[in-house]
This record gives sequence, structure tokens and C-alpha cells, in this order.
Amino acid sequence: MVKKDLKIIVEDLNFFYGDLKALDGVNIQIPERKVTALIGPSGCGKSTFLRVLNRMNDLIPETRLEGKVLIDGYDIYADNIDVVELRKKIGMVFQKSNPFPKSIFDNVAYGPRVHGIKDRVRLAEIVEENLKRAALWDEVKDDLKRSAMELSGGQQQRLCIARALATEPEILLMDEPASALDPISTAKIEELIRELKERYTIVIVTHNMQQAARVSDYTAFFYLGKLIEFNRTEEIFTRPRKKQTEDYITGRFG
Amino acid sequence: MERHLERELDKLRKKILALGTMVEGSIDKAILSLMRHDLKLAKEVIENDHEIDHLEVEIEEEGLKILALYQPAAIDLRYVVGILKMNNDLERMGDLAVNIAERAAYLANQREMGLFLDFANMSKKTRAMVRKALDALIKMDPQMAKEVCAADDDVDEINKEILNLIQDHIENNPQEVKPLIHLLLASRHLERIADLATNIAEDVVYMTEGEIIRHRTEDYTRQD
Repeated sequence: MVKKDLKIIVEDLNFFYGDLKALDGVNIQIPERKVTALIGPSGCGKSTFLRVLNRMNDLIPETRLEGKVLIDGYDIYADNIDVVELRKKIGMVFQKSNPFPKSIFDNVAYGPRVHGIKDRVRLAEIVEENLKRAALWDEVKDDLKRSAMELSGGQQQRLCIARALATEPEILLMDEPASALDPISTAKIEELIRELKERYTIVIVTHNMQQAARVSDYTAFFYLGKLIEFNRTEEIFTRPRKKQTEDYITGRFG
Repeated sequence: MERHLERELDKLRKKILALGTMVEGSIDKAILSLMRHDLKLAKEVIENDHEIDHLEVEIEEEGLKILALYQPAAIDLRYVVGILKMNNDLERMGDLAVNIAERAAYLANQREMGLFLDFANMSKKTRAMVRKALDALIKMDPQMAKEVCAADDDVDEINKEILNLIQDHIENNPQEVKPLIHLLLASRHLERIADLATNIAEDVVYMTEGEIIRHRTEDYTRQD
């Protein structure tokens, strides 16, 4: 892997909630336009790590970070970083779909409006484009004024993805995006992830090991705040190098 | 924590070892029937082959079921895939034992030829390879498995010697060509059995170390 293909470089990362060290000496290089899955048991630090990448942890009091997090070579924890600009570059999708209680159109147009786009035609273009990217357009195009709350769970999640994409991010962080969905909606989200990696660097936290195996190019296994193993997904799932990784993915843990 | 998968894998393990034992017995009998001109023993091998076939099908179904229901990963995945491959190889070894028994059945009614072929040594080495491959599986011991791979050259060598001796003998005794062809085939079958034992050993290495060592020319016994 040459350096220019790396989107995110994390060096000697420690992260604390008060006195609790939640991440311990993490070093990882996340490649551009690939899907990287973060796996590990509950409390292993994978979600904390995900939130480090867009400085979401800033919102939690008494947290502290040591080490470096570079995105496109820039230290995102440097003093002169504009966090709003940073988060524009990094979209996030959560476990529970959280559409705004507004119309489908207004959900997708929300971000662009916040960033100053007022032109109706332009907004309509953005909404259509991103609903298409999120594979939702065909299902909702006839009534964009409908409340987002009327959509099914799977549709709501794809709407949230469309909303995240509408601010033109480069990185998409997904925190168990399909864990509350039925198998068909899950398959749609997974297919969508495949398509989205053509344009975006995707980092996904999942408890579903088979999902990590299906959708990701690289897999990182976290345990007790440490990055135990990071490798191409097929290597991790056929011949992991570390015993702890093997024990976890074969269900021998604990 | 005892996993459902663990129980299934254990069942699979027991079945493949049962198949291994059956095939080993079949090979032993086939060789004996060849060396002792024992028609009765030869027939026994031929008649019992359906039991091997039956167990092979059972193991394949069991393995496929595990893949579908448990979606094993890492060592578990390599184990199930390895077992499925060995299953095929063992069934083929059973067929080759039948082929040897068929040669033996023909040769049982033929008079002795004035030709010494070292079947005793060849079969001793082949049987040792089969036994060791199965032991390596039981113990999941990659080093032991690599020794099996290394031993295959000896059997190939004896097979070549037998081929040469039979060729010479045919030239000098063309009237005996028919029984000689049967002996030649028996040697070939035995050599194939040794090849398949090597396959099984290679699969044990894959199961334990995750390395595919097939089609390599380097020294198998080298310790890294």
C-alpha cells in the first residue's frame, strides 16, 4: 500500500474517559475508497475509535486524547482545525436510524442548507442525486413531501445515508448501520456499502461477523482497547495471525 | 463455553476417522490379497467398498450442513474444508484398493512368474504413509504431515523400478504380457494411494497452519 492511498493514519492513539483508558496505543492506516470493518466484543473500544475519527467524543466531558489522527495528512486534533468543516468531510450513520421529523426532501436538503445552499433547483438536484446514491430514489421519488417518519426502518436508514452523503463527505462512518434491520433491508444496505466505496472511504463498526466478512476489504479486531490485528478481511477470516482474533471470530471467546 | 459448532465438528471428526480406518483396512487387505494370491480376501475388499462410499456421502452432507448453518471462520473453516477434501481422497483410496483387489483376483489364478517385484517394500511404505497421514490428522500435527509428503518420493521411485522391470520382462516374455499388465497396474494403483495420502497430509498442514503447500517443490521437512 503506497502512502497516497491512505486516507486515515492513526499514530500511538490513547483515549481516556476520565481515568479509564478506552483506547491503548492504537496504530492503524486506513486505505482510501475501501471498506474497513471494526470488530470486537462490546467495550473493546471500536465505537470510541469510530467517534475519534470525527471528533464526536469532543461532546463527551472529561475525555482526553493522546497521539495523532491524520486525515489526508492533516492532524484533525490540531488547534486550528474547524470541527464543523471536519464533520462536513465525514458523514456518519448510526445504529438506530434517526431521520428528522421532516419531509424526505428536507432531511436530505438539511445539510446543504446549513452549509448555505439556498437555490431550490440546486437543492432538488442534490436531493435526487443523493437519494439515488443511497438506492432510495425509486421508492420515494413520487412523494418527496412525505414525512420521513412514515418510511420503513430500512428506508429510514437509507434516508440517513442519503442525508449523510448530501454534504459531499469523503469518509463515511457507520456504527452498526444494519443491526436493527430485517435481512432484506440489511442486504440492501450491504449492497449499498459496496457501491459507495467507489467514492467514499468507509469505516464500519459491526457486531455481525458475517457482515464484516461480506462488505469489508480490511478488518480491524479490537480487544480491551487495543488493536490486536489489522489485515485484509479474507486473511482475518481464513487465517488470522493472532490467537485472540481467531478465538473471537470462531466464537471461542470468554 | 461449549459451542453448537464444536459438537458438530466433533461429530465430523469422528466420522472422518471412521472412514480413515475403513479405507486403511481396505488397502491392507487389498495388498495382502495381491501378495498372497488370496481370492477370498480380494473379493471381500470389492464387496465392502459400498460401505466406504456410503460414509463418504454422509460426511459430505454433514460438512455442507455445517458450512450452511454455522458459517465457520478461520481454523473452523479450514477444518471443515480440509475434511471435505480428505473425504474425497479417502473415497478414491478405497476405489484404488478395489482396483488392486481386482488385479489380485485375476492374478490369483495365474501361475507364478519368475520375476521379483518389490511390492512388499512398496506396500509397506505406502501403508506407513496412509497411517501417518491419518495420525497427523488425529493429532493435528503439521510436522508429522510434512514427513508424509517427503516420503512420497520413495514410493514413486519404487513404482518406476517396477515399471522398468516389467518392461524388460515383457520384451523377453511377450506371452506373459497380460498378467504383467495387471501387475503394472497394481503398482500404479499403489503409487496413487501414496499420492492421495500426501494430499491428506497437505490438507492437515493447511488446517493447522493456513498455508497451502500443494504444488511446491521445496523440501517439506525443513523446519522454519
